[in-house]
Amino acid sequence: MDHTSTFEKTLRGVLITLVLVFFLFPIVWIFLMSLQTNETILRIPPSLAFTPIIDNYTALITGQLRTAAGSLQLNFMQNMFNSVLLSVCSVALSLVLGVPAAYAFARFKFRLGEDIAFTLLSFRFAPALLVLLPLSLYFKSLGLTNTYVGLIWVYQLICLPLILWIVRGYFEDISPDIEHAYRIAGNSWWKTFTRISIPLAKPGIAAAGLLAFIFAWNNFVFALILASADKQPVTVGALAFVTASGIQYGQIAAAIIISITPTLALALYAQRYLVEGLSMGAVKG
Amino acid sequence: MTQLSITSLSKSYGSFKVFDGLNLEAKAGEIVVIFGGSGTGKTILLRLIAGVEEPSSGVIAIGGHDVSDIAPEHRGVGMAFQNFALFPHLSAAENIATPLRAAGAAEDKVKAGVAKVAKLLKIDHVLTHAPRELSNGQKQRTALARALAAEPQILLLDDPLRNVDAKLRFEMRLELPRLLRQSGATVLYVTQDYKEAMALADRIAVLAGGKFVQTASPEDIYMRPATLGVARLFGDPSINTAETVVEAEGNGVHVTLGGTKVPVAPAYKAHAGRAVTFGVRPEAVDVSGPSGLGAEVVAVTPLNERTVLLLQTPSGWEFLASLPSSAAAIPEPGAKVFARFGEAGTHIFDRQTGERLHG
Repeated sequence: MDHTSTFEKTLRGVLITLVLVFFLFPIVWIFLMSLQTNETILRIPPSLAFTPIIDNYTALITGQLRTAAGSLQLNFMQNMFNSVLLSVCSVALSLVLGVPAAYAFARFKFRLGEDIAFTLLSFRFAPALLVLLPLSLYFKSLGLTNTYVGLIWVYQLICLPLILWIVRGYFEDISPDIEHAYRIAGNSWWKTFTRISIPLAKPGIAAAGLLAFIFAWNNFVFALILASADKQPVTVGALAFVTASGIQYGQIAAAIIISITPTLALALYAQRYLVEGLSMGAVKG
Repeated sequence: MTQLSITSLSKSYGSFKVFDGLNLEAKAGEIVVIFGGSGTGKTILLRLIAGVEEPSSGVIAIGGHDVSDIAPEHRGVGMAFQNFALFPHLSAAENIATPLRAAGAAEDKVKAGVAKVAKLLKIDHVLTHAPRELSNGQKQRTALARALAAEPQILLLDDPLRNVDAKLRFEMRLELPRLLRQSGATVLYVTQDYKEAMALADRIAVLAGGKFVQTASPEDIYMRPATLGVARLFGDPSINTAETVVEAEGNGVHVTLGGTKVPVAPAYKAHAGRAVTFGVRPEAVDVSGPSGLGAEVVAVTPLNERTVLLLQTPSGWEFLASLPSSAAAIPEPGAKVFARFGEAGTHIFDRQTGERLHG
């Protein structure tokens, strides 16, 4: 199998490097920006030589933003907390609702089953802005505007279809015979679901959960319209850096670095679940 | 005592009828082989008995009780699947332990049970392995062990040797009868390999066209097939056939094969004038004599311990003869021989219905 020439190996290395540079450059650049003041960021020509400072990070964490025009209150950490709360809760709720639903769609034929599944998927078709106007009216009359509950509910539009459709595929890949074998061995339907189906679909559930978390975390418009400052996540909170005295590039960069850290950590952690078990071959293929 | 009884069982998917009005009884400890080609519904029958699918109509009774409303986990059956259906996230030992644990057995009982059945099936050295680390033969034995572990009253085996290699299949064909007898369970064994069926069965139920066309002992199935279809399914190479008519002439009865009158048992006289399919098993063809149906040897092929001759009559009817490879004289291709047909391997079937005529 090993008949790649030296040329091919070199070419492969160069290409991989190019791809990595292309994708990682913005992140590296933002990281460098987060360690600089606005002046060093904006100098012309740009230079890699600068004295790193951590003022941007301290400003975000303490909530005191000093600009040329004076001191400004920031609630970035509150935004951060909101992001975590909203994303975690909506993904958790979506998993609780979506995993059993996905199992039902995968295993049982029932009237309108496909139509219901497709309707749920269609939530992802409509542009968010299209539904936001009627939604904000409903939210006002229901008293859900600017509440975590309301936002988590709306976030189901993002998370639920994703989890439902990805996990459904994984359930469909499990041979029904495996479940039958467990039942015949003397276990109830529920035990079979929790001990066999869910563990076997775990890579899919992890992948779907992770994707849903990333989509929820990155959402902007829902919270922008349906919540005010104290309930808004980092994506919306970042708007605060566009101040009267100019755009605070250093702080924005630091905020980006802080806000991508949880998703990055989660992705790295979940990676092993994504790979593990995909090659489990107990059924003869 | 009747352990399992199936009464007018039917299953259809939409307008597609898999089978219709099946009846079968199995005594305690009996091994019944369900034999049939692909797509005849053998597996579905086992699923219905296990309770993972529901029949369209009919009654399944286990130990005298109708089990229609009993969930699969409470039917007390063990089942081994054709595709093994091992739990990929559990070790071989845990796979085998599943039915014991589900029955709430104590930890030491579980351990002892697993060890016992694993030893019986010679997989005690791979108990800690995950299913993906097992060879197909070991997977198959693990699946069988899991089905046997809780000592169920009824054991459903769905073509368990289908996915294992030829050598292991041969070994298991020898081992299985003893193993299954030891278990004491009533066994329903599905296969589409007639040799497997003959080797294992107390009785064979031949499933074809949505019905049991014959349910009988292996000898009966082979020596007295109910229909031409059954005769064709059992035997390798399969039975020679020719379309002809039964004719009576004086005291003798004969059929005409390739222009030559071939005498058959006088008892067939009652069927004189009937359009029939004449069938003769290749093993029943004797080519050593000086008289009979003249034919030329076209080809000679060794097949295991036998040698198969392809013969052709001057009129063009081709048929096979199977001789022991140790036979004194095996004709060369091109040789002219005279074939006579042994009575035990000769059957006459009605051409319309395919049913065997009694001679």
